[in-house]
Amino acid sequence: MDLQEKLVASYMAQTSSTEDLSAIAKIRSSAIETFEQQGFPTKKMEEWKYTPLNKLVKTDYTVFPKKTKNLTLDDVQPYILHDVDTYKIVFVDGVYSAFLSETTHEGMDVCLMSAALSQPKYRKVIETYFDTATDSEDSFTALNTAFGREGAFIHIPKKKVVEKPIQIIHFSTGVNQNLMLQPRNLIVADQQAEVQIIERHQSLSDTEVFTNVVTEIFTHKGAQVDYYKIQNDHEEASLVDSTYIVQQKHSHAKVHTFSFGSRFVRNNLHFYHKDEAIQSTMKGITLVEGKQLVDHHTLVHHAHPNSESHQEYKGIYDGQATGVFNGKIVVEQEAQKTNAFQQNNNILMSDKATINTKPQLEIFADDVRCTHGCTIGQLDETALFYLQTRGIPQKEARALLTYAFANNVLASVTIPAVKMRINALIAKKLGVNLGFNL
Amino acid sequence: MAYTEEELKKELESKEYAYGFYTDIESDTFPIGLNEDIVRAISKRKNEPNWMTEWRLEAYQSWTEMEEPDWANVDYPKPDFQAISYYSAPKTAPKYNSLDEVDPELLDTFKRLGISIDEQKKLAGVAVDIVMDSVSVATTFKETLAEKGIIFCSISEAIKEYPNLVRKYIGTVVPRKDNYYAALNSAVFSDGSFCYIPKGVRCPMELSTYFRINQAGTGQFERTLVIADEGSYVSYLEGCTAPARDENQLHAAVVELVAHDHAEIKYSTVQNWYPGDADGKGGVFNFVTKRGICHRSAKISWTQVETGSAVTWKYPSCILKGDDSIGEFYSIAVTNNRQQADTGTKMVHLGKRTKSTIISKGISAGTSQNSYRGLVKISPRADEARNFSQCDSLLMGNKCGAHTFPYIEVGNKSAQIEHEATTSKIGEDQIFYCNQRGIDTEKAIALIVNGFSKDVLNKLPMEFAVEAQKLLEISLEGSVG
Repeated sequence: MDLQEKLVASYMAQTSSTEDLSAIAKIRSSAIETFEQQGFPTKKMEEWKYTPLNKLVKTDYTVFPKKTKNLTLDDVQPYILHDVDTYKIVFVDGVYSAFLSETTHEGMDVCLMSAALSQPKYRKVIETYFDTATDSEDSFTALNTAFGREGAFIHIPKKKVVEKPIQIIHFSTGVNQNLMLQPRNLIVADQQAEVQIIERHQSLSDTEVFTNVVTEIFTHKGAQVDYYKIQNDHEEASLVDSTYIVQQKHSHAKVHTFSFGSRFVRNNLHFYHKDEAIQSTMKGITLVEGKQLVDHHTLVHHAHPNSESHQEYKGIYDGQATGVFNGKIVVEQEAQKTNAFQQNNNILMSDKATINTKPQLEIFADDVRCTHGCTIGQLDETALFYLQTRGIPQKEARALLTYAFANNVLASVTIPAVKMRINALIAKKLGVNLGFNL
Repeated sequence: MAYTEEELKKELESKEYAYGFYTDIESDTFPIGLNEDIVRAISKRKNEPNWMTEWRLEAYQSWTEMEEPDWANVDYPKPDFQAISYYSAPKTAPKYNSLDEVDPELLDTFKRLGISIDEQKKLAGVAVDIVMDSVSVATTFKETLAEKGIIFCSISEAIKEYPNLVRKYIGTVVPRKDNYYAALNSAVFSDGSFCYIPKGVRCPMELSTYFRINQAGTGQFERTLVIADEGSYVSYLEGCTAPARDENQLHAAVVELVAHDHAEIKYSTVQNWYPGDADGKGGVFNFVTKRGICHRSAKISWTQVETGSAVTWKYPSCILKGDDSIGEFYSIAVTNNRQQADTGTKMVHLGKRTKSTIISKGISAGTSQNSYRGLVKISPRADEARNFSQCDSLLMGNKCGAHTFPYIEVGNKSAQIEHEATTSKIGEDQIFYCNQRGIDTEKAIALIVNGFSKDVLNKLPMEFAVEAQKLLEISLEGSVG
């Protein structure tokens, strides 16, 4: 039985044992139908042209983890940001860990998807938002919609400025062989609310883990959502991360994606504009080696006037790593005075590394300013030489230049603890100790 | 303000197709439809050797097994391949020894096309091969060229006279199975131009081909093969027009360029097929496969000005096979009314230190859609390859669209790739700047549009550049320059 059949069969088995709101049950059954019809994407599809899924979908994954392992603080210490006070929503093998988490219901809801789905007081919110932002034709998203029962549920009410960041962390322990996880997050920021969120998926063993996560974010009028994705998992881990953001007037959504780990990472990041004067920012640093593959697919859908989008992705590829970037900007006819900026810079460090990039513009309005730039090159040899003449060893000099290359993205990180963590991760990845924080 | 952007837009939209006349020349047209017998009949009509007939039949076979592609960003009614006549030739005297023998009506056609053969002969020194309804009707300056050893003739003549050359090269750059339309062309191509420049020869004049679809209900399938032997140079021009008709006409050409070591081919196209009327009725479907292969230190430069056709679908490409070879692509694509263009280039870097430059300018007006689609591929063996791409789009009016789909695939760490694209309208600040320097709006727009296209226009040979500017359909009389 291949993975697709297994998933469909598991779904059937699952529905008989769980109770959903009728509206949700309907969404789920139509989602599994979509998945059954479409199956996993193939390389023949334009959106997956450079991203082979063969190995991923040929593995036999456990869909419902039976066992769990109790983790101690020491096990997870390195993966949680400690130098700053945060709310935490922590899952172990897909199950919520109250011991490691710190949630709240005071003045806002920072809690669990499963709670939101089952408790009547959240029914209205769930019915209003659940699965309304997604691309229902995307088969990974459909799969998640059918299965996703756990994840973070964050609802920030009007004018609430969340005083500390929220961490969403998914651990997998390796007690379940070949685990498949399908977390589902829903984040709603009401008018003028402000929130910072950090999301991380981490496996604590070397067993295979395949995470298919879907996050829906709604930013209402004037709301600000600042979202950080730290993707630094083990080499045996695979991640398909689909994020759908629906924005209202004057809202600003920022997503930073730092891709350092995992064997396979596919990011689908979609911004949909529902009103005027919206700002969307997406930035990313990809630093990979070995046989890693990191794929960024972004879409900004400008449908109303006077909005801005800002996109900046930096990639550094070593070993036999493969990078894919596909940035799509659609500007509808009504979206006059749109200012869309897109930049994708890449450095290839090795002859076996590959980068496939496709910055794509589809523009139907005339009074717009849309630019995209894409470069592929090397570190500047003269700059490298200069640093070496000043007594900086080659390795450190390379690292310094790499930092400089990626700095534009780091500069807009607003949580200092995250910035320090990313700096440390880059230094570790490059095998240097610069002895200072940038 | 004598001339505003609004007026310019209007003029762009309402400018009528000046080449939409039909010449009443008796012609020999095949019945409609396509099957093996038609392919054989075309081959027989052209007195082709056996190998050519077989070659065509194999192409036909693979065509029947292929499916029409639909990935391009264009929307059009699929042509009915059984409703087209695959061969149409002006009936009068198949071959001319001198221009005096040419049908006066035909000569008149050329005059209206603005390519008076006499005049060209006297003035510019451009050798012209004219293909009307798929058949080459006149080739000028043959003797002058022959002195240098240059072969410039119609491809059907070349198949008969220089079979070894044709056999050696045809289908090597664009294989018969390359794509749906290339296969169709390989099966039914009726004529086209053939050009061979011997080793070390610099072609003393521009070679030029004019294509015209005249007969109704016919498709034009021409095939061009240009071979530049070691160290030679040739500049080749191509122009096309068609009468204004209500139905869509199909044009599926194949152009193959071979540039041997140190050779250089400059290939310029001014494409002005009938674009259909303002409601999108009629017009030519232009589905063309153009590709060149560069051997060591060779250079191929494509320059195109695309103003016509209801639907354009073409990607002049360079395969940079030899070390140190260079590929260039300069393009202006203008679409208005309901025209659709999906055009761009492919640069495939295989050799070391290969370089490519892509400059693409799209201007869309009316309700047209203009797409740039390009591929830059650096193979793992192509050390120190270099590419620079720039695609700019200018939008006039809020009902048109401009799209870019650049694909960049890099598998070598020493590659240096730069790609940039912008989309905008004529900036009010640009016009304001000109105004405050005492330049009126009319002149300002002229300056800006001209400046926008300058990078490409500069690459055209002199005679063509003038025509191209005219064809840009932005009649800025008295204000250009």
